[in-house]
Amino acid sequence: MEEVIKATNLKKWFPLRAGFFSSLLKKELYVKAVDDISFNIKKGEIFGLAGESGSGKTTTGRLLIRLIEPSGGKVFFNGDDITKISESKFKAYRKRLQIIFQDPYESLNPRMTVNDILTEPLQIHGMADQREMSKRVNKVLEDVKLTPPDEFLFRFPHELSGGQRQRVATARALMLSPEFIVADEPVSMLDVSIRAEVLNIILELRDKYKVTFLFITHDLALARHICDRIAIMYLGRIAEMSDVDELVKEPLHPYTKALIAAVPVPDPTEKRSETVIKGEIPSPVNPPSGCRFHTRCPAYIGDICRKKEPELIAVGKNHFVACHLFGSEK
Amino acid sequence: MALLEVKDLTTYYSTLRGYVRAVEGVTFSVEKGEALGLAGESGCGKTTIALSLLRILPSGGKVVGGDIILDNVNINKLSEDDVRNKIRWKKISLIFQGAMNAMNPVYPVGEQIVEAIRIHERGVSKKKAREQVGKLFELVGIEPSRMSNYPFEFSGGMRQRAMIAMAVACNPLLVIADEPGTALDVIVQAQVLKLLKELKQRLDMSLIIISHDLSLIADICEKTAIMYAGQLAEVGDSVAIFKNPLHPYTQGLISAFPSIRSKRTRMISIPGSPPDLLNPPSGCRFHPRCKYAMDICKKERPQLLTVEKGHVVACHLMEKSEVM
Repeated sequence: MEEVIKATNLKKWFPLRAGFFSSLLKKELYVKAVDDISFNIKKGEIFGLAGESGSGKTTTGRLLIRLIEPSGGKVFFNGDDITKISESKFKAYRKRLQIIFQDPYESLNPRMTVNDILTEPLQIHGMADQREMSKRVNKVLEDVKLTPPDEFLFRFPHELSGGQRQRVATARALMLSPEFIVADEPVSMLDVSIRAEVLNIILELRDKYKVTFLFITHDLALARHICDRIAIMYLGRIAEMSDVDELVKEPLHPYTKALIAAVPVPDPTEKRSETVIKGEIPSPVNPPSGCRFHTRCPAYIGDICRKKEPELIAVGKNHFVACHLFGSEK
Repeated sequence: MALLEVKDLTTYYSTLRGYVRAVEGVTFSVEKGEALGLAGESGCGKTTIALSLLRILPSGGKVVGGDIILDNVNINKLSEDDVRNKIRWKKISLIFQGAMNAMNPVYPVGEQIVEAIRIHERGVSKKKAREQVGKLFELVGIEPSRMSNYPFEFSGGMRQRAMIAMAVACNPLLVIADEPGTALDVIVQAQVLKLLKELKQRLDMSLIIISHDLSLIADICEKTAIMYAGQLAEVGDSVAIFKNPLHPYTQGLISAFPSIRSKRTRMISIPGSPPDLLNPPSGCRFHPRCKYAMDICKKERPQLLTVEKGHVVACHLMEKSEVM
C-alpha cells in the first residue's frame, strides 16, 4: 500500500527561555518534545498515537502537517518532502492536510455561523463560486450527519451541543477534500454517550473517501476500537509500534505493558492487574540518559539501559519495539 | 441503618431565567465501609449532590427538599454553625475535582493541611498538627520532608495525593471524591485509585466516587448509581448494574463505553444530547432520547422501583413487566 505520510528522524526541540545567569553559561536548554522518531502512515489507515501527557503526541501531529517547523528530520507527504517547500508553495498542500482540534468549544469562532465557518476555507483557497460553495457545504454537512443542513447553516456555535460542534469542526476539516487529517483527541472533551457519533463519522470518512487519519489519544481502550496501527510514545520517542490488536494483546515494551495494565475495565468482575509502575513521567527538558524509561522500568536489566538509547527494531511483522530486552546483542 | 441515607434530595439553582432543577428527588444510601459510584454525564447533577451533602452550594443554589441523614443526624436540619463545626471535614470531606487548582498556590502544601486540621479540631497545637500531617503524607505515599513545598513543586499525582491526605486528616466517616481520575494520566490514575482503595480498607471509611468514567467506578465501587438529568435512573450492586443493566440509559451508557479487553466493535451512541435543566422534558427526562419511549413516558415521571434486593430502576418498562 502506498504511504501517504512518512516521517524520518523527526525532531522538535523547543528552546527554553533561560534566566540571565544561565544564559551567561551559554548552555541552551531545550524541551525535547519530539526526539528522533520515524514512522509511516498508509493510505486509508487510521494510525493511532498514544501516550501520557507530555509525551509529544500533539507536537508530532502538528509537525506532520507543518503547523510548526521541525528542528530536524523530514516529513514526506505522498513522496514530497514538505519540510523543504517554501511557505508560498506550501499553500497548495495545506488544503490536502487538515486537522481537527481537541476542544470544539475553543476551535470554532463564536461570531461566525456554521455556514461562514465552512465556507472560509474555500474562500481562502480561491474556490468561492457561490453555487459550488453551497453545494459543497450541504454535502459535507450530510457527511457529518448534521441533517437537514438548512437547520444548521445559520446557527452559531453556542447554539450547538458539544457533539454537534465537534462535527462542525470535522466538517470544516473536510471542506477541501483533504487526503490526510490529524485528529487530536477529537472526543476527549465530549460526553461518553455522544462520543461514538463522532468516532463513527471518522470511520465512515475513511471507508467512503479513503481519508487517512492520525488519531491522537491518551485512551487506549478507544484506540483499540478505532485505530488500525498504533505507536506508543514516551518522552518524545516511540516505545512500541504495531497493529493495534497485537499491541493490546501482546505488548512487549515494559512501558506499554504498564500502560495497558493501568487501563480500567468497565466490568466489576474483572480486576485490573496490579503491575502499576511507580512515579510519573520525567521532564522532557532533561530526559533520563539511555533508555528514557529506565528510571521507572520494572524490567531494568542493568547498565545498558542507563547508557545506551535503544533503537526501534522489528520484532515481528509490523511490530517494532525500542527496548534492550529485545536488542540484537542479547 | 445505613451510614448515610439521602431521601428525596432536591436542589435548585436560581438564575435570571428561572430555576435550574439540578437535582430532583434523589434517594440512595451508603453503608459503613462501602464505596458508592455516582456516574452520569456532565451537567447531570453529580457534583451538586456532593455540594448539597456538605452544604457548600454556590450562591443561588439551595436544597429545597429532602433529608440527608448521616449517622442518625439530619444534616438538612442543622444550623450553619453546626454543619461547619460538626459535619464538614469531621464527618464528611471532599476531594475536589481538579486537584491541580484546588490548592492555594502561595502557601506550602503542608501548611494548608495544618490549617484544615486546626480549624476543624480546636485546640490542636501547630506542632502537633504538623506531626499529624507528616504521618498523613506517609500514609498517602509522599515523603514527609516535602511538607514545606509549594503546590507548583508537586506533580499532578502528588497534588492529588495531598488532597486525599487533607480529606482524611480528621478521620471522616465519609469521603467524597469528585472525578478523582480526570486530568491524570492512566498510570498515575491507577496509582491514585489504588491508594483510595487501600485507605478505604485501612480507615474503614465510606466513599462516594463521582465520575463520568464507568470503568473507574467498576474498578473500586461495590455499588453504582446512574444519574441522568438530575434524577437517578438506576441504583444497584455494581455487578448487577454492569452485567444486567435494566434502564435504557444505563444500557446505552455501557454500550457507548469501549473496553480495552473486548473485541473491536463499532461503538453505539445515544442519539441527541442531555437536556437543559432549566426546562427539562416532561415525564421521564430520558424519553426524548429513549428508543423504547411510550406514551406514559412523556406524561408521568417513573418512580424508583425495586426489581430485586438493592437494585432499583426508574423506568416505566419495569412497571409494565411487573404487571405482566
